[in-house]
Amino acid sequence: MISKNYRLGMLIGFLAFIGTAVALVLIAFEDSVVFFFTPTELQSKQVNPERRIRVGGLVEDGSTKRGPADAEIRFKITDGNTTVTIRYIGILPDLFREGQGVVAQGYLQNAVFQADEVLAKHDENYMPRNLASAMNK
Amino acid sequence: MIVELGHMALIIALVVSVFQTIIPLYGTACQQARLISFACPAAIVQFTALVLSFGALINAFVTSDFSVANVAYNSSFLKPMLYKVSGVWGNHEGSMLLWVLILSFFGASVAIFGGNLPEILRARAIAVQGLIGASFLTFIIFTSNPFARLIPAPIDGRGLNPLLQDIGLALHPPILYLGYVGLSTTFSFAVAALLEGRVSQLWARWVRPWILAAWVALTAGITLGSIWSYYELGWGGWWFWDPVENASFMPWLAATALLHSVVVVEKRNALKRWTILLALVAFAFSLLGTFLVRSGVLTSVHSFAADSQRGMFILVLLSIAIVGSLSLYAWRAPKIESSGTFLLISREGALVINNLFTVTGAGTVLIGTIYPLFLESISDEKISVGPPFFEATFVPLMVPLIFAVGVGPFLAWKRNNLVSALHNLIFATVCLVVVFVCLLGAPIGAVFGMALAVWLMLAVLTEWAKRVRLFRVSLFASLSRARLLPRSAYGMSIAHFGLAVFIFGAVGDNLYSTEVVRYASPGDKIKIAGHTLTFQSVTKQLGINYDAYVGKFVMENGQVIESERRFFPVEGQQTTEVGLSVRPSGDIYTVLGEAVAQDKWTIRIYYNALVVWIWIGTALMSVGGLLSFLDARLRIAL
Repeated sequence: MISKNYRLGMLIGFLAFIGTAVALVLIAFEDSVVFFFTPTELQSKQVNPERRIRVGGLVEDGSTKRGPADAEIRFKITDGNTTVTIRYIGILPDLFREGQGVVAQGYLQNAVFQADEVLAKHDENYMPRNLASAMNK
Repeated sequence: MIVELGHMALIIALVVSVFQTIIPLYGTACQQARLISFACPAAIVQFTALVLSFGALINAFVTSDFSVANVAYNSSFLKPMLYKVSGVWGNHEGSMLLWVLILSFFGASVAIFGGNLPEILRARAIAVQGLIGASFLTFIIFTSNPFARLIPAPIDGRGLNPLLQDIGLALHPPILYLGYVGLSTTFSFAVAALLEGRVSQLWARWVRPWILAAWVALTAGITLGSIWSYYELGWGGWWFWDPVENASFMPWLAATALLHSVVVVEKRNALKRWTILLALVAFAFSLLGTFLVRSGVLTSVHSFAADSQRGMFILVLLSIAIVGSLSLYAWRAPKIESSGTFLLISREGALVINNLFTVTGAGTVLIGTIYPLFLESISDEKISVGPPFFEATFVPLMVPLIFAVGVGPFLAWKRNNLVSALHNLIFATVCLVVVFVCLLGAPIGAVFGMALAVWLMLAVLTEWAKRVRLFRVSLFASLSRARLLPRSAYGMSIAHFGLAVFIFGAVGDNLYSTEVVRYASPGDKIKIAGHTLTFQSVTKQLGINYDAYVGKFVMENGQVIESERRFFPVEGQQTTEVGLSVRPSGDIYTVLGEAVAQDKWTIRIYYNALVVWIWIGTALMSVGGLLSFLDARLRIAL
C-alpha cells in the first residue's frame, strides 16, 4: 500500500503544477492579449504606443496610396465618424477592397497606425464581427 | 428525382437512428435478446441510407443541378470536376451531411467489426451512436437541409469561393472529420461502460483500436489543414493559434491523453474513471469544435459564412451532451473500481504525467480560445488572443512533457528505477548540452527547443537500441530481435520520434526564417538566406475558370518557381497562388503582388527554414499510430 506521505507529496506536486499553469495563463493574459479598437475609440482612448492592438473599419474609397518606400501602402479606415490612416508594408490580402471591412494589427504611432498584419477572411461578404457590432451601436 | 430520393434517405436515416437508440437501450434494460440484436442491423441501415443520401447530393453537384439551392449557391458549370465533388462539403449543409455520414460509418463499423464485443456493450455503444446521429440528423433536416429546392432554378450557380478551389478542400475536411467524429465511438463505449457500471482491462483493449483510428485520422487531418493553410496566403501560415485551428487541436490533445491512459487501464487495471472521463471530454471537445466552426461566434480567418440560429442549435446539443454525459458519469462512475495503485516513477507514472500535461495544455488552449467570447459577453471590451498567449502558456507546459516522453519508455511497469532509466539517457543528454551550447546567441527558448528535439530523437533511438540489444549481441541477433518486436512498439517509437522531428521543424522555422518585401521588375535579382532568385518574367495565362498573371522566379540552380495572381470572373474574386520550392533545409516561398507600374510588381519572398520537417514529423506520428492500430494483438480485438 502506498503511504500517506507519498500521497500527500503527490497531491502537493499536483497542486503546484496546476498553480504554475494558472500563473502562466494569467501572466500571458496580462502581456499578450490584443485589444480591438474602432477608429473613434482609438482617438478617444489613451492607447499605449508600445502595445500591439487591432483596429477595424471600412476602407475609405480612394484612400489607398503607395510609397514612398518599396511595397509601402497607406489607406484610411473609417467607422463612419472618425478615420485613421494605416501604413503597411507588404502585399494586401486578396479580399482587401475599398469600401470593404478590414482589420489591421500593429501599433499606433503618432496618429498613424503601423500595421504588421492586415486581415481579411475567406468569406466574400465578410465584415469582421467586432466591427459589425461596433458599427451597429 | 434523385434529389428527392436523397432527401427521403436522409429522413429514413433519422427515423432509423431514433429506433437504433430506443430499442437496444430498452432491450438491455429488460434483457430481451431480440431487441438487443436490433442494434447492429439498424446501424448498418442508417449508414446505407446516409451513403445514398450523400451520393444523391454529390450527383446534384456533379450534374450541376441548380434547382437545388445548395448547388446553386456553391457551384457553377465551369468549375473543374474535382471541386464540384469536393464543393459538396465546402459549405455548411454539405459538411454537416458528411459529419453524420462519418458518424454512421463508425456506428456501422462497430456493428460489423465488433464481433468479439459482449453483445450488451456493443448494443449500448451503438445506441449512443444512434442518439448522436438522431440529434445531428434533426439539426440537418430542420435547419440545414442540403436538398432544399430553389425555384426558379438559376441558369448558372454562384460558384465556390475560389480560395477553397484547392486540393486541400478535397482531402482536409473528410480526414479531419474522420478523426473528430471517430472520437464519438470512444464516447459511446465510455457511456456504455458507465451504463454497465464496470470497466475491465478487456474494455480498454476493445476500445484502444477505435481511439487509435480516430487519433491517426485527426493527426493526419490537422496535418493536411496545416499544409493547406501554409501555402494559402493570408491564413496565417502553418499554425496561427486561430480559434478554428484550436478547435481541432483540443480534441487531439484529449485523444492523445486518452490514448496513453487507456494503456494504463489495459496493463495495470488502474486509472479507469479518469479514462472514462477523458473519453467523454475528448468527444465534448469535438462537439465544441463543431460549434465554434459552424456558429461563427469567434472571429477566425478560417470561418465561413455563419448563421447564429444554427450555432444555437449546436450549442444546445453540445450542452446536452456535456451535461448529460457528465451527470451519468457523476452517477455511475463511483461504481467503477480501480484495483491498481502505483508509483510516480514507473511506466504508468510517466503516462499519468503525459495525461496531466496534455490535459492542462488543452485547458490553456480552451481558455485562450473562449476567453474573448466570455469577456465580450460580460463587458464591452473586445480582444483577440493570438500566438503570443499560447507561446507563453502552452509551449512551456510542453517542455516537461517532452522529457517524460523521452524517459517514460525506459521505465518498467510498477517499479521504481529512475536512476537506471536516466543512465540510458546520458548520451542523449550530453548531445542536448552540445547542441544548446553550439546554438547559443539565438533566442534562448528556441535554442532550448532545438536541443530538446535532438534529445528526444536520441532518446527514442536509444530506447529502440536497448530493446534490440544493439552492439550487445551480434548485429544479426539484433536484427532478428528487431523483427520480432511487436508493431505497437514500433508504433510508439515512430510516433515519439515524429514528435521530436515536429519540434525540430517548428522551432527551426521560428529561429531561422526570413523574408523580403520589395518592388521588382523582370530581370531583378533578389537575395534571401544565401540564395539568389532571379525575377524572370510575368506572363498572362488562361485557366479553366480564371485568368492569371504568372510570375516566374528562377533559383541559382535553374529551378523555376511560379506564383500566380488569379482572377475568377464567376465569383468576381482575386486569389494569390504562392510559388514553392520545398527543400529539407528550408522552403523558398514566393508571392506575386500587384503591378504598381508597367513591369514593376510588388513581390514578397519568404525563406521558411526547416518547415517541411513539421509535417514529416506529424506524418510520422500518424504512421506510428497506424502501426499500433495494425498490431496483431489489438487486431483480434477489432
